[in-house]
Amino acid sequence: MIGRILAVAGTEFRIALRNRWVLMATLIMVLFALALTLAGSAPTGALGVDMLTIAVASMTTLSVYLSPLLALMISFDSIAGEAERGGLALILSYPVSRAEILLGKFTAHLAALAIAMVIGFGAAGLVTALLGGAGQASLIALLRLVLTSILLGAVFLALGYALSAMSGSSTAAAGLSAGAWLVFVVLFDLGLLGAIVLDGGGVFTQHVFPWLMTANPADALRLWNIGAADSVAVASGLSGATSALPAWAAPASLLLWLPLGFILARLSFGRVEP
Amino acid sequence: MRDDALRIEGVSKQRGALAVLSDVSLVVRPGERVALLGHNGAGKSTLMKIVLGLVRASGGTIAVMGAAPGTVAARRATAYLPEAVAFHKALTGREQLTLFAKLSGVSRTVVAALLERVGLTDAADRRLGTYSKGMRQRLGMAQVLLGKPSVALLDEPTSGLDPASRHELYAIIDELAAAGTAVLIASHALTEVEARTERIAIMKDGRLVADDTLANLSARAGLPTRIRITATDAEADRVAEALGGTRINGRTVDLLCQTSGKLDRVKRIMSLGDAVTDFDISPPKLEDLYRHYSSEKPQ
Ligand SMILES: Nc1ncnc2c1ncn2[C@@H]1O[C@H](COP(=O)(O)OP(=O)(O)OP(=O)(O)O)[C@@H](O)[C@H]1O
Ligand SMILES: [Mg+2]
Repeated sequence: MIGRILAVAGTEFRIALRNRWVLMATLIMVLFALALTLAGSAPTGALGVDMLTIAVASMTTLSVYLSPLLALMISFDSIAGEAERGGLALILSYPVSRAEILLGKFTAHLAALAIAMVIGFGAAGLVTALLGGAGQASLIALLRLVLTSILLGAVFLALGYALSAMSGSSTAAAGLSAGAWLVFVVLFDLGLLGAIVLDGGGVFTQHVFPWLMTANPADALRLWNIGAADSVAVASGLSGATSALPAWAAPASLLLWLPLGFILARLSFGRVEP
Repeated sequence: MRDDALRIEGVSKQRGALAVLSDVSLVVRPGERVALLGHNGAGKSTLMKIVLGLVRASGGTIAVMGAAPGTVAARRATAYLPEAVAFHKALTGREQLTLFAKLSGVSRTVVAALLERVGLTDAADRRLGTYSKGMRQRLGMAQVLLGKPSVALLDEPTSGLDPASRHELYAIIDELAAAGTAVLIASHALTEVEARTERIAIMKDGRLVADDTLANLSARAGLPTRIRITATDAEADRVAEALGGTRINGRTVDLLCQTSGKLDRVKRIMSLGDAVTDFDISPPKLEDLYRHYSSEKPQ
């Protein structure tokens, strides 16, 4: 089993390298992380936190947008595209299970994402440290950001496979993935914001809203990183939203989404007739 | 050795209101090469996908070396060449074949030999995106040879191949069969499969309308054998009259007879002596049989 998963993973990773996907994703991460770090370096003194802390706060927002996007970009075509090209029928005629194929692709894609995240956030961290502002706490915050971003990417890889298996074609899969990204990263938050405004600080805002926000994996990443470090919360101005929830809520959300995404992916892949 | 490598019994497949397959039964024995013929949309590819466990049948049973379709045992025993072979453009031929070797648990040391066998040694390390249609088809055939399958399902294996490649491909199929593989070949190339298979199965609108050897199909159809006689200029009319044939042009006379009456006709032709300069006998071709069986109303 492990052998077959690794065989699929090796092939998929090679494809990601040859498509220049790894290179593009890494470049995107490095560019955005550096740009945000350098642009956000002004108000350090005012808040009394070091420069890397500020950088981590702004890169957390970056990760909320980019991790899901990059993950969906690499995963949306994996099942629909192969079914369309006819490769899926052939590989499934071999003694390899659908779960093994999914896990193989996941391993490769996760490795590709991890490379982009580590290099991107790492470069930003290094630049900030060299410019003179990195304490132990902020280094831990950076490490947490990298790891949780990879975890968020993993969730959206699984969701991407599920969407890919649900769509009949590559084009439909691209559309569905773009829609999912919009919903999770933009529309969900807008909806919550609207509800808060309507509620005017009532029961919803105090008791329901924090849980709803945590239920969204993209927001869970934000809450996890901000809730875990007071200084980051101060730097991001979001300290209020996190204090209403127990510390385990955001990590639990992200960690639950991963198996959930996988079950969804495996179930919809099972319905694909290549 | 079991006498049925592949046993299909009463398989049907319903897609909405459309009966894609109705009550199809077919047995392929080890070492046997069976041609699966039928018009576009007759259900040949669907039948293969059901045998592979990729598509679920609505009814009937299938055993691949005794195992149910889609089980690990069945998949281990089966090799498949899809109708349109598509590989990932970014991989090389060697990488693609190595992946398949790993998935089927075959030592990767066979990869080079298989590439050599299908004539892809020089192209082995080139990207599949640069392969021609025929080269992709050859690579598809190489993966069929992986792991010595008990059953090989080849969906239009020669489509897009040049005449020399077709010949090589059939040589490979013959080798497979000689080694005991049961081979089912879906094809539209009648003249090819006529010479290269032991048995012919014909499908029409999801039903099996024929399944027998060429000779038996021929006898059952009762299609006439044609004898074409060349006579001397002066005697053509007399020859046509004496044999009950039709004069085609100055010296040629055509004669239709049942297979059973063939010898008798030949004797009569010989008895005409010097008036006949030459004759040719053509038994009914698979094309005629195909037309006959696929226009027949299923019982
Ligand atoms: N995924 C599908 N969904 C709906 N109908 C399908 C599907 N696949 C095949 N069919 C239908 O099933 C019937 C049989 O198709 P199949 O591909 O098995 O034919 P075939 O004999 O292989 O034809 P060809 O010689 O053109 O390859 C056709 O009517 C086709 O439209
Ligand atoms: Mg077909």
